[in-house]
Amino acid sequence: MHRARKNPFNTMGMHGALILYTLIALFPVFVILVNSFKARKAIFREPLALPDSESFSLIGYQTVMRQGDFFLYFQNSMIVTVASLFFILLFGAMAAYALAEYRFKGNLLLGLYLALGIMIPIRIGTVAILEMMVATGLVNTLWALILVYTAQGLPLAVFILSEFMRQVSDDLKNAGRVDGLSEYTIFFRLVLPLVRPAMATVAVFNMIPIWNDLWFPLILAPSEETKTLTLGSQVFIGQFVTDWNAVLSALSMAILPVLILYVIFSRQLIRGITSGAVK
Amino acid sequence: MTALKLTNVNKSFGEVQVLKNINLEVEEGEFVVFVGPSGCGKSTLLRVIAGLEDATSGEVAIGEQVVNLMPPSKRGIAMVFQSYALYPHLNVRGNMTLALKQEKQPKSLIEERVVKASRMLNLEPYIDRYPSELSGGQRQRVAIGRAIVREPKLFLFDEPLSNLDAALRMNTRIEIANLHRQLGASMIYVTHDQTEAMTLADRIVVLRDGRVEQIGSPMELYNDPSNQFVAGFLGSPSMNFFPSDFVHEGGGHTFGVRPEDLNLAEDGALVAKVSHVEQLGADTNVIAQIDDLQITARLFGQHSIEEGQELRFGFKPEKAYHFDRDGLRLRQSNIQGSS
Repeated sequence: MHRARKNPFNTMGMHGALILYTLIALFPVFVILVNSFKARKAIFREPLALPDSESFSLIGYQTVMRQGDFFLYFQNSMIVTVASLFFILLFGAMAAYALAEYRFKGNLLLGLYLALGIMIPIRIGTVAILEMMVATGLVNTLWALILVYTAQGLPLAVFILSEFMRQVSDDLKNAGRVDGLSEYTIFFRLVLPLVRPAMATVAVFNMIPIWNDLWFPLILAPSEETKTLTLGSQVFIGQFVTDWNAVLSALSMAILPVLILYVIFSRQLIRGITSGAVK
Repeated sequence: MTALKLTNVNKSFGEVQVLKNINLEVEEGEFVVFVGPSGCGKSTLLRVIAGLEDATSGEVAIGEQVVNLMPPSKRGIAMVFQSYALYPHLNVRGNMTLALKQEKQPKSLIEERVVKASRMLNLEPYIDRYPSELSGGQRQRVAIGRAIVREPKLFLFDEPLSNLDAALRMNTRIEIANLHRQLGASMIYVTHDQTEAMTLADRIVVLRDGRVEQIGSPMELYNDPSNQFVAGFLGSPSMNFFPSDFVHEGGGHTFGVRPEDLNLAEDGALVAKVSHVEQLGADTNVIAQIDDLQITARLFGQHSIEEGQELRFGFKPEKAYHFDRDGLRLRQSNIQGSS
């Protein structure tokens, strides 16, 4: 380990690989961003060229702003993502804490049952979910999406978080008990801050698929007031004609909020890691 | 008044019985140390007393009140943990005051106790720091301070020194002894380190496999162990044990001599080949072999002894301890009776 760090060839190789990976990962995003600022013809003539004075055009953004209620879509996506993440983290952490901390009959079985969801894709149950949402009158509400995404995210959250909860010092929890803190206070004030890095990981894992999902919005909440951004962008993709300017502009704008959420969570991630290392 | 009374306490985790019929009384102001090898149940016993585990059967009484069904915070105890267990999100003051705030004590009383405790433990310069900004020794003092401010009926210490380095451990040990003198409170202290047990305790409880082996003052246990386990566990280096037919005196199955009771003697009964010598300045520890049996002798002063040298060791007959086949101590009177 120490040696590898000193060897300049190794360092170069390592950085080279990482830079290459970064370029590959960022390339599609780069192409989307660049082309969203170009006129339609320029997109097809030279897809990789940067926009210049001739090809520069905001036509895509103008179409997006004119067409439909894009800010509402944004808002819907944001509400659904943030609320789902909130419930996943809250209930996931609570279940994980109970599984990790308390001895009760069927503890192991319950843990396995909760983890089973990782292996079974929730989309298999789409028809049943739709029937349930119709029966409860939740179709075309954001709650339908929030509930489904929470259910989808919980298994992995419980699985990851319960591993981390086991590593939280027993002494600390016991010190809280001796000092008269309630189990809820111990959970929220002592344990949760210590598993923050794991919570951030779970949040990042869940955030992107929820934000990008097309399946459930299309089935459960396709009405105009509850459309999410991904669903909203579909109006520009037609069977015969696709308004590429608008699609690329919509996608470019859709990147921003996820980016902001990611920055928030990843800062937590890094802070958690370093605070653990310093101790 | 008794500070703590345990009556027939048992504790099982599923099939495994970790505490077997523990009976113990701790007088007010007494410093009692639970000592034993790892896995002997000493920490579990402490947790049962604290209320962090429920006893499977038996009765726990603190200050003459049965507390079996009481939560830890209502038992009038305070606990100091091995890993300090300070609240990372609170500074030193916050750590010390949390329990009192939970009890809804008046602010003036909280402040008074914090000032008193921090003065006692020299924590005043650090009172506004966070645990991550403190050294190990300081953290341990904060953990002790957190216990002191509650003015509990009973202090519980769970191996509080095992995370400290040797020099700091000795200082903190003396601090804890001083603290006990100043506060006059009843304390229960769990450790696997027999030096801590010997130096701190008014009474030592030796535990093995969930059973009490012997209870007594440090010197009682050292001078008059009731079985082979206690004899071997207390004292450092630990006692040498020989089969009885090694030396034709006394009786029983095994006899033991402490390393400090072995001395060099021309006509000594034990002939041993030196395998290792530890020069400590004031003492010299000689590790030697008698055939396959390893013995340790602690000689006072400095001796120039070479590895491989043959030495004769002797001991005074009254310094030998005799044990029967099950490791129980045979006192002089019943040896004569049996032989």
